[in-house]
Amino acid sequence: MKPIDIENAQQMLESFINKEVYVHVETTNGAYASHFNEKAYNVGVFVRNAKVTFSQAKIVRDGNVYRAGLKMPMGWIYAEGLTDWEIYEYDKLLLAGHDREGRLMVAMQISETPFDY
Amino acid sequence: MEKHVVVIYPHPDDEAFGAAGTIAQFRAEGVPVTYLCGTLGEMGRNMGAPPFANRESLPMIRKQELQNACNVLDIDLKMLGYRDKTLEFEDRQEIAKRLKTMLEEIKPSLVITHYPGHAVHPDHNALGAAAVEAVGLMDPSIRPTVWAQAITNSFMEDLGKPDIINDISPYFEKKMDTIKAHKSQADGILGNFKKANKLAKDVQDAAKQRLGIERFYIWEF
Ligand SMILES: [Zn+2]
Repeated sequence: MKPIDIENAQQMLESFINKEVYVHVETTNGAYASHFNEKAYNVGVFVRNAKVTFSQAKIVRDGNVYRAGLKMPMGWIYAEGLTDWEIYEYDKLLLAGHDREGRLMVAMQISETPFDY
Repeated sequence: MEKHVVVIYPHPDDEAFGAAGTIAQFRAEGVPVTYLCGTLGEMGRNMGAPPFANRESLPMIRKQELQNACNVLDIDLKMLGYRDKTLEFEDRQEIAKRLKTMLEEIKPSLVITHYPGHAVHPDHNALGAAAVEAVGLMDPSIRPTVWAQAITNSFMEDLGKPDIINDISPYFEKKMDTIKAHKSQADGILGNFKKANKLAKDVQDAAKQRLGIERFYIWEF
């Protein structure tokens, strides 16, 4: 993945507007957070291949990190702490936030076809 | 001597960090070893250092790494096809029955798995529980011994002294080679050991302290 290029990421997000798309959202600090640090909490959430439509999509810069939000007919999806992006297999938009060690902390991905496996 | 050893862990790299020394020792004695690996570690956070994987490419990369690691150890590999971090939400009975069928086919004399409830990661606990259940369902006349591995920070206080305390120094290099076969995971995880053990001189030193002995409890049925 590469550091987010906001103009192109915004354009890619808009290409999914008003289409049925599959979304992957995830945040995690790993299953070992409280194993290596007893004061830490294990938290995470994971949704894969939720089929949604959205009428508006925006990516916003805040210092070195980005937030992205999708406005659906009945609700919202957003992700915070995004740092990197990639267009994967031609048509899948991958957005992710990595920590200093390059570990994934948050991901938001959108595709017109289901994410496989 | 063991006849055949089956290792049941959920993630590519569990065999490396947890039991590679013991596995290498069995292989050196000529004992066949089969690894039943539950998932492809699809949900791993480590993407390589510097990162070279993403959430979508990680599974195939880890599958290749797993195959490489099994080549280093010279063991058979069977992938069970579950998804990382979902094992505890599957039907345990179903997994146990499936494992039982596989074990009846392979006919091991020893099964190595995680100690349910004392293995930190929910997948470790869930697959360990299913593996123990699978062996428990087998006819006692063909039932293999089970070595269960606990990895919590407090397992010694909770469970007492492990029955098997295996100093794997002679196979330490093999173990490190197995770990390094898991390229996307190795650096990040070894770095964590270093951070958790500030006394260690370097990563190799931290690894030796944490990984030089492999401990198991003999499960009582
Ligand atoms: Zn594991």
